[in-house]
Amino acid sequence: MNTLLAVPFLVPLLGAATALVLRRFPRAQQIVSVLTLAVVVADAAVLLRRTADGTVLTSQAGAWQAPLGITIVADPLAALLLVVSSVVLLVVLLYAIGQDIGGLSRAMPQVFHPIYLVLTAGVCLSFLAGDLFNLFVGFEIMLTASYALITQAPTRARVRASMIYTVVSLTSSILFLTGIALVYALTGTVNLADIAAKLGAAPEPLRMVLALMFLVVFGIKAAIVPMHFWLPDSYPVAITRISAIFAALLTKVAVYAIIRTQTLLFGGDDISAVLLWIAIATMVVGILGALVQDDINRVMSFALVSHIGFMIFGLGVGSVAGVAGVVVYLVHHIVVQATLFLVNGLIRQYVGHTSLRAVRGLTTVSPTLALFFFLPAMSLAGLPPMSGFIAKVALFQAGVEAGGWLVHLGIAAGVLTSLLTLIAIFRIWVRGFWGTPMPDMVEARAQLRSGANRGALRFMTAMTGVMVAVGVAVAVAAGPLTDIAFTAADDLLDGTAYVEAVLGHGGAS
Amino acid sequence: MNAPGFLLVVTVAVLYSSGFYLLLQRSLMRVVFGILILGHAANLSLMLTDTAITLPPLLTGQDGQISDPLPQAMALTAIVITFGVTTFLLALAYRVWLGDDNDEVPADLEDRRIGRLTEPEDSS
Repeated sequence: MNTLLAVPFLVPLLGAATALVLRRFPRAQQIVSVLTLAVVVADAAVLLRRTADGTVLTSQAGAWQAPLGITIVADPLAALLLVVSSVVLLVVLLYAIGQDIGGLSRAMPQVFHPIYLVLTAGVCLSFLAGDLFNLFVGFEIMLTASYALITQAPTRARVRASMIYTVVSLTSSILFLTGIALVYALTGTVNLADIAAKLGAAPEPLRMVLALMFLVVFGIKAAIVPMHFWLPDSYPVAITRISAIFAALLTKVAVYAIIRTQTLLFGGDDISAVLLWIAIATMVVGILGALVQDDINRVMSFALVSHIGFMIFGLGVGSVAGVAGVVVYLVHHIVVQATLFLVNGLIRQYVGHTSLRAVRGLTTVSPTLALFFFLPAMSLAGLPPMSGFIAKVALFQAGVEAGGWLVHLGIAAGVLTSLLTLIAIFRIWVRGFWGTPMPDMVEARAQLRSGANRGALRFMTAMTGVMVAVGVAVAVAAGPLTDIAFTAADDLLDGTAYVEAVLGHGGAS
Repeated sequence: MNAPGFLLVVTVAVLYSSGFYLLLQRSLMRVVFGILILGHAANLSLMLTDTAITLPPLLTGQDGQISDPLPQAMALTAIVITFGVTTFLLALAYRVWLGDDNDEVPADLEDRRIGRLTEPEDSS
């Protein structure tokens, strides 16, 4: 068994158990969590180094050869997403620890740490799963942890939101299980590579039904229109660290699952028109929703829905350039969403809420905060030279190369969405950041800055700054990132490297 | 198709439809029951994948044909997951009931408020 491949999900689970045992010793718990995530980041970086040239690493659990045993697979896409996700998880964890030390949050840290590490394990397992059922288990680990996390610091609104969130996610999980049953009935295997090899022989209509079924399953989790209603309803209500991680990672894991299943299993061609229509609807409906909200967190949640559409669009285009664009977009979006929600958390720290009806003059209250909001927000809208611009250009370029009226319509919708995103951000900027700050905001700032938790607030701001810096680094490292994205897209669309690595008993195990 | 297979198909169909019907109700208790029934439906459809469902399950020390153990193992995992999450859902439902004295799924208040806004907001 290749240990490198097991570390990302086994170490967090071990860490979670340790953190649970240490629940009476907050400092020890914090050290365990940070160390665990640091190990995962290091491991993911090594995996990315090994797979960057297109190699697919595999590991057969218990030496049961595929397709019989449990297979763990790391290809360039999985490794890249592992690196980005674990970095985001680590920074948000540090932000949360700063908040806890300063006593600025009502969350229970002794509960938060173990569950957060379980969530990490679920996210990593979902990326590395080599069979459909293990993907289901990874999703369930991640979601079960998220059910518990969303109720942290419970208020009536949070309990209500978590109820809706849990029921919707569970429904999609049950459909997932049904999908697995259908695939198993059709092919007699749940190993992804084996399914890919056997599904080609299946009748066309059956394949299409399965492709649509899995699109619905992961579409609910990725919040694509028309299955997005739960997201703006539940994410903004949770506490900052939770909504930051949810917005950054959970929907993206689902997008990853859509990419994996649609490219490897179904070849993507059957339903590319459906994907494009969904992409257009998601982009436009999401951003129109964002325009009418007057709570910063809710604006960002609707914008999140809207920008999932861009990734579906790239997949719908289906060319190597299109899928590479999706990979770049995924990396950009994970980082930017996490940053924006952390900034919203800082605003909440200063003002007590994020409603635009009662926030004015944030630039005067904290210029640093304004800068930290401005940079990722501009990146989200896709202004050059930010990472969002690079990702969008990659997608649009792929679209123009591919051609076709539907793709062109998608590009038009994408450009419109970018403009509307800019308007939504300017609404926040003009109403929340400009003007004279309200007297209670100035008072709150004075209290925060003179109080004992000044250091904690500084640390949280610094961590948000680190996220902003990661976002800038994504733009700076666009060259190497695009190379990896193209390698990943080649691997995804070709599929033979993946299938051979898993079934050919080769690989580096 | 053999008789047990046909019976299973009918059962699964009934379970899915009644499960989704319950899921669409306003009362939280009914939603929880809906999830429970849907879980059963999914587990039974895992059983359906086995064409030899009437054969004995995996036994050691006995010759002869057996039914496919893999769907059973998957169903077992799924049962554990649904069981755990159902417990959690019940706790949540209780919590909602404690807070509100009823178990209706409330509407999104913020959404309603935004929906009622007809006048353009002043952006001063």
